[in-house]
Amino acid sequence: MSSELMIEMKNVHKWFGELHVLNDINLEINKGEKIVICGPSGSGKSTLIRCINRLEEHQRGNIIVEGTELTNDSRSIERIRGEVGMVFQQFNLFPHLSILDNCSLAPIWVRKLPKSEAKDKAMEYLKRVQIDDQAHKYPAQLSGGQQQRAAIARALCMEPRIMLFDEPTSALDPEMIKEVLDVMVGLAQGGMTMIVVTHEMGFAKEVADTIIFMDEGQIVEAKNPKDFFDNPESERTKTFLSQIL
Amino acid sequence: MSAARKEIGPPVIELGTIGWLRKNLFSNWYNSLLTIFGLYLLYILIPPLVNWIFLDANFVGSTRDDCSNEGACWIFIQQNIKLIFYGLYPTEELWRINLVYLILLISGVYLLIPNLRHKGWVGAFLLIIFPIICVVMLSGGFGLEAVETRLWGGLFLTLVIAGVGIVLSLPIGVMLALGRRSKLPVVSLLCTIFIEIWRGVPLITVLFMASNMFPLFMPEGVNFDKLIRALIGVMFFSAAYLAEVVRGGLQAMPKGQYEASQAVGLTYWRMMALVILPQSLKMVIPAIIGSFIAIFKDTTLVLVIGLFDFLGIIQFVGTNPDWLGFSHEGYVFAAAVFWVFCYAMSWYSQRLEKKLDTGR
Amino acid sequence: METDKSKIGSFIFNRSVQGIFYQLITLGLVALGIYYIVTNTARNMLERGLASGFHFLGVESQFDIGMTLIDYSPTSTYFDSFIVGLLNTLLVAGIGILFATIIGFTVGIMRLSSNWLIAKIAEAYVEILRNIPLLLQIFFWYFAVLRALPKPKQSLELYDSFFLNNRGLFIPDTVFGEGSSIIFYLLWLTIIISIGIFIWAKRRQNRTGERFPAFYVSTTLILGTFFVSLAATGFPVSFEYPELKGFNFKGGVKLIPELVALTFALAMYTASFIAEVVRGGIMAVSKGQTEAAKSVGLKQNLILRLIIIPQALRVIVPPLTNQYLNLTKNSSLAAAIAYPDLVLVFAGTALMQTGQAIEIIGMVMGVYLFLSLFTSLIMNLFNRFMKVDGER
Repeated sequence: MSSELMIEMKNVHKWFGELHVLNDINLEINKGEKIVICGPSGSGKSTLIRCINRLEEHQRGNIIVEGTELTNDSRSIERIRGEVGMVFQQFNLFPHLSILDNCSLAPIWVRKLPKSEAKDKAMEYLKRVQIDDQAHKYPAQLSGGQQQRAAIARALCMEPRIMLFDEPTSALDPEMIKEVLDVMVGLAQGGMTMIVVTHEMGFAKEVADTIIFMDEGQIVEAKNPKDFFDNPESERTKTFLSQIL
Repeated sequence: MSAARKEIGPPVIELGTIGWLRKNLFSNWYNSLLTIFGLYLLYILIPPLVNWIFLDANFVGSTRDDCSNEGACWIFIQQNIKLIFYGLYPTEELWRINLVYLILLISGVYLLIPNLRHKGWVGAFLLIIFPIICVVMLSGGFGLEAVETRLWGGLFLTLVIAGVGIVLSLPIGVMLALGRRSKLPVVSLLCTIFIEIWRGVPLITVLFMASNMFPLFMPEGVNFDKLIRALIGVMFFSAAYLAEVVRGGLQAMPKGQYEASQAVGLTYWRMMALVILPQSLKMVIPAIIGSFIAIFKDTTLVLVIGLFDFLGIIQFVGTNPDWLGFSHEGYVFAAAVFWVFCYAMSWYSQRLEKKLDTGR
Repeated sequence: METDKSKIGSFIFNRSVQGIFYQLITLGLVALGIYYIVTNTARNMLERGLASGFHFLGVESQFDIGMTLIDYSPTSTYFDSFIVGLLNTLLVAGIGILFATIIGFTVGIMRLSSNWLIAKIAEAYVEILRNIPLLLQIFFWYFAVLRALPKPKQSLELYDSFFLNNRGLFIPDTVFGEGSSIIFYLLWLTIIISIGIFIWAKRRQNRTGERFPAFYVSTTLILGTFFVSLAATGFPVSFEYPELKGFNFKGGVKLIPELVALTFALAMYTASFIAEVVRGGIMAVSKGQTEAAKSVGLKQNLILRLIIIPQALRVIVPPLTNQYLNLTKNSSLAAAIAYPDLVLVFAGTALMQTGQAIEIIGMVMGVYLFLSLFTSLIMNLFNRFMKVDGER
């Protein structure tokens, strides 16, 4: 595995009012690495990955993505957002656009691709997530699993170097979780750098290089899957694992 | 990774009053500019208004000569207060109006206090017996001296028109809504036409129609007085709007409720009366209050057909030669009274809406 | 079940038979009611010697109207007075809608401002204005503000060209001199060219992905050509400013105080409702939409243009049209301050003179009814069109 550093977080802190949601986060993620973050709700795991493409602002410390430090400079934010794709819990597809237009929108307006080229690329990724036959439908006409796959395709169309997943399967009916996880496994095997917030421990075992357990805004434990499941150090991790497995 | 952590707090600048000010008023340069603009706006509006209404105003006196003319002359309102509140209603009979207000107030407060028993009876009293009391008390009979409706006026008349309008129009509105949703095409078509006609025209044309055309519709010898004609107009007009509100509630009712009541063998009318209407009416109470606010504001229009409601009487006392030139005071006073009524109702309906929302 | 009764029973309790029965009863009752009203009316009219029919429309009206958009004099017909009233109604509704939209959108967006003070000021505007009867507001602007203004000699003025006094608002009039037509042709030409530029820019973006600043280029083109041609032809377009002659202003365009007060009140009042519509529409677009748009790298102005506005507009347009309709219907309050709109001229003066209540009120109601039904027809089409690509 190459050791090109993609994301670096140094002493990152964030507060919502008085609430300390991120407490001294230090993290280094190399190219091609797959990180799974888990933890109880309210532990700050979503906030952590939302800081990486600056949907949330951190207040102390440094976040460096591909050599660019995240500051208030809008140019650097836009550059990083172009390199970092994100998939949301609630899909957040644009309801007024067809699936194809959802996917080609950003390539046309951000990457400035010709329309036909953007649509070809969109079709290619829709084929990869196996919903190319739904390309001309609107989001509301699709099932949850199909919508989430479309959302993944939308993110991939920007050809990002890093993908963030914020609980991508939590809003799905059980029978649809697998189709989304399969797409994500495929993506991981293709060498994508991925940070996934999820409670799908089977997925974590299968693809993760490192599993991070967070609680009360802190990284409690960060280990490879085998050690994580077999020898958890902290009591909090043990309790959490016993509840979830 | 979990090295020794020293406890540190968020940047001071984001906390407390300073943090609040910075975040809500001065987050960046154009926000600061907007704040300054807002402050300036308040500065040019508020102090002169406060001065005029309170600080420079005259509150005691009996004629216009007691007014300094530097601020508002509230003596104008004070001297005409009886006209403004009761119109030309005979002074020695005013207790009748006040008694009606009192009954309404007591039963209203009783209904608003949570967790009291027998609310159903009080409600039934308000809807069935109270209107009869009103008619007898206000217009006379049973030994009480008759008071012609042309003497009615002021805020009293406004409340009568709005109250009668809403109380009588509610049942009509419910029937129209049921009719419009009926599966029988003729019934549904007739109700739709009726509703859309009233909703499609301005109230003022309805009032013109009521005062000019109703007399033509009636058989010989039957002659309604002006107030009743206006009431009929207002009633049909608001019934059409209420019908649409109620229809919204009926549409929001889950299909399962209809199916369940049919499954236990209820007939159409029982299903509507026992299951569907109680639920859907409760759901649309906020919207019904909204309609009531609209009707209440719209009652001011009756002055175009020569009735002296609250606004009409204010216009009227402003033309009294002794009090010429005090229209500002009259309008501001009227606006304040209307505003208090309407705002209180809309505040109550918003609160109710939140409560119903969480209760579902 | 007893078999004897079942034949009659199955007829009486047959659902469709019952349905027809109820419908016949309803129809019969309605017909009876109408017959009753019609016979009463016919007799009453005969007794009072009232004419019926629409012949009066061709008769000389013999009254004058304070403000007319078409040629009108007391020798014109009642039908002409109907048209004058209708046009005056449409004029006040049109101007009112324009200003209500501007104020309403501004206040609605202000209510969503992250600036606490601005949001509160907007909220106060909405809560105050919409809880005070419109008629009271019209009276206030008309009797308490405009009529209390100084006489023409002490007019309030702006840049020596706008004058406000108790006779009304006087604004400059544009006068088109010799050669001004060429400017109009050029203006049209540049507008057509601009449309061409937009189409070309869109095509080019589709083909190559390159964007062209079509908006700025065409704005510059239109304005530039306009001013250059204005200068080249020696400014044939001039303004005629209102001037104080004796006790009143001459020249310019005079807006009567009734019109000013009515437009002002209608716009301010309706704006408070439009503000709520706009706020609701924008809030209906979830936060997740903005986040998703940010996460694919769209800039703020593109997020607004491509994601938020298209979604908010779908929510806003139907209730907004409804407010426009309300404003138009509310313009009938004109009658209370004697602005010569349809209701005052036709249902007021004309009705008083002819006594033909049924025909006249029928015509007036018909106009408003037509406007309402026409608008709701358009809205139904709009909703159907929007639904095609929506719900399951």
